[in-house]
Amino acid sequence: MSLEALIVSLLYDAIRAGTPLLFGTLGEIYTERSGVLNLGVEGMMIMGAVTGFGLTLATGNVWLGILCAAIIGGLLALMHAFMSITLQANQVVSGLALTMFGLGMSGLLGKAYVGIPLPCPLRSISIPVLSTIPILGPLLFQHDQLIYLSIVLVPLLWLTLFKTRVGINIRSVGENPATADALGVNVYQVRYFCVFLGGFLAGLGGAYLSVAYRPAWTEGMTAGIGWIVIALTIFSMWSPGRALIGAYLFGGVEALQYRLQPLGISPNLLAMLPYAFAIVVLLAGTQETIRKRMGAPSALGIPYIRGEK
Amino acid sequence: MRPRLEIERRLGTSRRIMLLASILSIALALLMIALVFWGYGVDPIYAYEKIFVGSFGSIFGLSDTIAKAIPLMLCGVGLAVAFKALVWNVGAEGQLLMGAIAATGVALYVFPNSPALVVIPSMFAAGFLSGAFWGLIPSILKAKLRANEVITTLMMNYIASNLVNYLVYGPWKGLKEWGFPYTDKFPLSAWLPLLPLGTGRIHYPTLILALTLAVLTYVLVMRTKLGYEIRVMGENPDAARYAGMSYFKTAMLVMLISGGLAGLAGVGEVAGNPSHHRLRYPQGISPGYGFIAIIVAWLGRLHPLAIIPSSLLFGGLLVGGDAIQVSLDLPFAAIGIFNGVILFFVLSAELLMRYRVTFKWRREG
Repeated sequence: MSLEALIVSLLYDAIRAGTPLLFGTLGEIYTERSGVLNLGVEGMMIMGAVTGFGLTLATGNVWLGILCAAIIGGLLALMHAFMSITLQANQVVSGLALTMFGLGMSGLLGKAYVGIPLPCPLRSISIPVLSTIPILGPLLFQHDQLIYLSIVLVPLLWLTLFKTRVGINIRSVGENPATADALGVNVYQVRYFCVFLGGFLAGLGGAYLSVAYRPAWTEGMTAGIGWIVIALTIFSMWSPGRALIGAYLFGGVEALQYRLQPLGISPNLLAMLPYAFAIVVLLAGTQETIRKRMGAPSALGIPYIRGEK
Repeated sequence: MRPRLEIERRLGTSRRIMLLASILSIALALLMIALVFWGYGVDPIYAYEKIFVGSFGSIFGLSDTIAKAIPLMLCGVGLAVAFKALVWNVGAEGQLLMGAIAATGVALYVFPNSPALVVIPSMFAAGFLSGAFWGLIPSILKAKLRANEVITTLMMNYIASNLVNYLVYGPWKGLKEWGFPYTDKFPLSAWLPLLPLGTGRIHYPTLILALTLAVLTYVLVMRTKLGYEIRVMGENPDAARYAGMSYFKTAMLVMLISGGLAGLAGVGEVAGNPSHHRLRYPQGISPGYGFIAIIVAWLGRLHPLAIIPSSLLFGGLLVGGDAIQVSLDLPFAAIGIFNGVILFFVLSAELLMRYRVTFKWRREG
């Protein structure tokens, strides 16, 4: 393989491996922008994975599977929303509970799917004309539709967050809910919506894993991706554009890991790479946030109670 | 007309309400899980009967329950201290594994031919230090670089787990194990003595250690100046700062305790659990004690002594989980449903303790 082809294939895999992270991070950015911390991404993602796989297998319609996976993700997120917004419970613990629940439930639901191949996975399509461009063609224009969707979502969610009324409302609720409330924004409604959206996108990311990336179901197949999403959200400084960079960077580490294995390095040591890298990314993100004085949404993790400071 | 929740803050929470809320939350959680069983096509009454009989119904079950409560108690007490200071250590699982690695190193490579009186204390000391070391890394990153400890401690779990795998598949792979990912068995001098009760799995030195440390931790948190600082840090970080308390010092202290106790739990598992006496792949050593301990700590309302009964309850749940896995052909992961749902309910019960909730019908308008 020529060096050029090697690099193209590495970057191609980086995009594929980074896509579930991108979906998850975009969702968590909206959740946290509205002032809610949802540590249940791992649980919502794996429930998305098992739902997407199971329904695709049962109906033969991969899009139905993907849609239901996203809805399940959203519904699970509503559990967290109820706990953290309505009951004002501790958000860290509620998110952990959601992850435990999702991991357990997916194990129970997915028991029948272990070892079964998916007959109709989501396949890559070549976009006519564009896919024949040298280098860029095979790198960018020979993916499946979910990858294109995730890429389209980046500018869309960026514009919504920073250039529309809806986005201003979301950010104001996350920064200063009392003021937003006084200005007539329904704090609870905005937060519920954002948490739901976060779960919806995490579910999509999970479905991508089980119907497109590696079309099969294995217990615990998310393997910490949902936690890396939390680190990436900080790295992204709560902006969809930087989420794309972070997600593909991570995808690259993942892709690199499989390419280093034949060199005789222990696969167990290589398997530590993404997690160690997550810590590095978190540190980098945190330092930059401090340097630019652009911290997390001020009300992140704090329940809003009308009439109390 | 629509229903409306009216919420007003309680002035204080009595012990009776706390206990009541805990019992109520577990009862509701079990009811909820019964629905899951039922939806899955399993008779919930049969399942609960299997779980209860398997875990508390006989001296055999009870001894297994106590054996599994040991690591939960150690991790849970440690986590309670960390959570009290609002240091979100979710890395007990990794800290436990690091303790197990240290004990294995001592038993197989440092003191392979020494008497028990030397080996066993050395294993516990090494395990404590190793677990504490693993916890202090995220703590330093948090205190000095403001890195979110939820993420760092979690990532350290995955790293520790891969480190165990690396050792048992690589340099520490047993010479007599024919391709299994195990180390060699520990020499007899490194085996913790067992209580001849039931299935004989209670390694009592670790149990005594766990109970003693629960009491000592209680004294530390509730009766000393250091404990006072830990509590102020958690309840009112601004006040702590104004009073000149050092965040760095407190964060280090709680992680030292939290990581160290989890490390001790790891020592108990590899050196005490009679089905181990060696290091093996991580899921073999711990079915997620470090994570379940989060619920144990929370159910015990972060009170070191309340964690003793709370860890017994979850020890029983783990044993019962094994029982339904065999008799109902359910995957072990299903136990995660119990964990998640119970934690949800325990958490929502807190609302009942902090607030008086009344349900009112109110006219729209």
